[in-house]
Amino acid sequence: MIGAPKDLAAGLLFVGFGAVAIVAGSDYPMGTAARMGPGYFPRILGGLLVALGAAIALGALRPNGTPIAFGSPMPAAIVLAAVVLFGVAAPLLGLVAAAFLVVAISARASSEYRMKESLISGAVLAAAAAAIFVYGLGLQLAPWPPALSGL
Amino acid sequence: MTELFANLALGFGEALSPANLAYAFTGCLLGTLIGVLPGIGPVATIAMLLPITYSLQPTPALIMLAGIYYGAQYGGSTTAILVKLPGEASSAVTCLDGYQMARNGRAGAALTIAALGSLFAGCVGTLLLAAFAAPMAALALKFGPAEYFSLMVLGLVGAVVLANGTILKAVAMVVLGLLLGLVGTDVNSGLPRFSFGMPELTDGISTAIVAMGLFGFAEILVNLEHRVERTTLGRRIASLMPSREEVRRAVPAALRGTMIGSLLGILPGGGAMLASFAAYGVEKKVSRRPERFGTGAPEGVAAPESANNAAAQTSFIPLLTLGIPPNAVMALMVGAMMIHSIQPGPQVMVSNPTLFWGLIASMWIGNLMLVILNLPLIAIWIRLLAVPYRLLYPAILLFICIGVYSLNNSTFDVYTMAFFGALGYVLVKLDCEPAPMILGYVLGPPMEEYLRRAMLLSHGDATVFLTRPISAAMLLAAAALLLALALPALRSRRDVVFAEPRA
Repeated sequence: MIGAPKDLAAGLLFVGFGAVAIVAGSDYPMGTAARMGPGYFPRILGGLLVALGAAIALGALRPNGTPIAFGSPMPAAIVLAAVVLFGVAAPLLGLVAAAFLVVAISARASSEYRMKESLISGAVLAAAAAAIFVYGLGLQLAPWPPALSGL
Repeated sequence: MTELFANLALGFGEALSPANLAYAFTGCLLGTLIGVLPGIGPVATIAMLLPITYSLQPTPALIMLAGIYYGAQYGGSTTAILVKLPGEASSAVTCLDGYQMARNGRAGAALTIAALGSLFAGCVGTLLLAAFAAPMAALALKFGPAEYFSLMVLGLVGAVVLANGTILKAVAMVVLGLLLGLVGTDVNSGLPRFSFGMPELTDGISTAIVAMGLFGFAEILVNLEHRVERTTLGRRIASLMPSREEVRRAVPAALRGTMIGSLLGILPGGGAMLASFAAYGVEKKVSRRPERFGTGAPEGVAAPESANNAAAQTSFIPLLTLGIPPNAVMALMVGAMMIHSIQPGPQVMVSNPTLFWGLIASMWIGNLMLVILNLPLIAIWIRLLAVPYRLLYPAILLFICIGVYSLNNSTFDVYTMAFFGALGYVLVKLDCEPAPMILGYVLGPPMEEYLRRAMLLSHGDATVFLTRPISAAMLLAAAALLLALALPALRSRRDVVFAEPRA
């Protein structure tokens, strides 16, 4: 009987990370205790993490615990998408466009979303970002699409 | 003693230069500005504002970051008093009585008490930092690899003990952090580890990216799930002056808070949060009328606010002298120092004295600036508090994106940050606190290095950690801490400490 799904999920997550570390690190030379190779410490940590994860997961087999309360996945998905889009847009379209996109799109994740407001705040923040980071602080970021600058 | 004064003179000479004064001021201002926004703690604030300091020289960059840190912490207290929505756990306690004082119409007095208590505590904390820095660093230089390894174990165990949630999970988070810290090229063999064929990973992942994902981005994801209920006190603040009665009750509380905070700040795993919880608890214990707490007692504001500011200063001691960050904020400071190619540790004081003492002197100045800045500008902060979250979080997100992207002009970094944001979100949902993980993350590579060196020197004999007295003592302390946690009596006590302010 799984009474604490949170613990089970957390335990399995840790076991997973530990297993990845052990498997991915399996061809790193182990070395000896006196001359540790690059595989020594990762193996110790990986093994420790698997053991801890297993213990946490086993502890989940108790009658009482709190269920996992995930809300709707939509807000998180929208915000994640907005960030990824920023990554795609920044080198291609420049900072101003990327900034506008990330603000206007991530705003959609709020339950109080207002389109007009998000477009305005996107424009204002994009202008502010360019003013502060490019012109004010002199960071090496292209404000406009780099492809256009050659024209 | 004369050396200390000479050092401080050097520091003030550096910190009082017009440029550095301006950076300290800007740092305090920006830190307060962001920190006052509900739901944003110092870690997220520093992570967000980190890019502003990229183009600066190391000394002004660190001076500004330190200003951002105590600005953010102070801003969080303002929010706690006026909105009852703390930006972070360390001002959660201030909500209890601060918000009640505000409801009783004593908001101005509460803010003044918090500001002056913080100023006093900050001065004491900085003085302690200055006094202890040299002897601690001298001691640290005598440490061999075995001692350093054991010290790190103790530090990480401390972080586990003070983490919220079950011990097993906190230990697992530390280990996960240590493992993630190993991503990148192994210094000894030149072998790229855990890069999974991605060339971007061979240099490792910058701490700033991990912190922005785990603390900045994940926070937004968590907050978006539940509507944030806010009850802002829209009224104007009548007077900032506390009454004579309030002063009489606040002063001893601030003194005790400063003492507790200074001590707890130095402890590995300690820091602002623990300090404010402990100080509030002590006040309740020593008070002759503990029933007044929670109804707007000025000592309930003075003690935790002094304590968290004192701890904020003294937690720089282990960072600057041993190179070991005692909490998540300091872990981020390590990341910031690394960006400027400074390896925190005992050698900083020797190799870069102007930076070291300049930073310390700037803390004094910064604390004073905070008071000057905050009390008159309170009307602006109040207006900021009214900005709805739906406008706020896209702006925060944008800052995080630009901060990460501008590190190396690398899109890959943005995706890595998103990965850590998603991971942090899932972990928070599973009741795993991310703070121990970031400590493990920062300490992963040095810990491996010291382990290797210690074992090399002892020819593979692992008992070296127990036969060297200092190392053995630290491991014993770590074991005792873990054991004590397993005892049910202490465990329930710890649960109470963490559960109280949430009630």
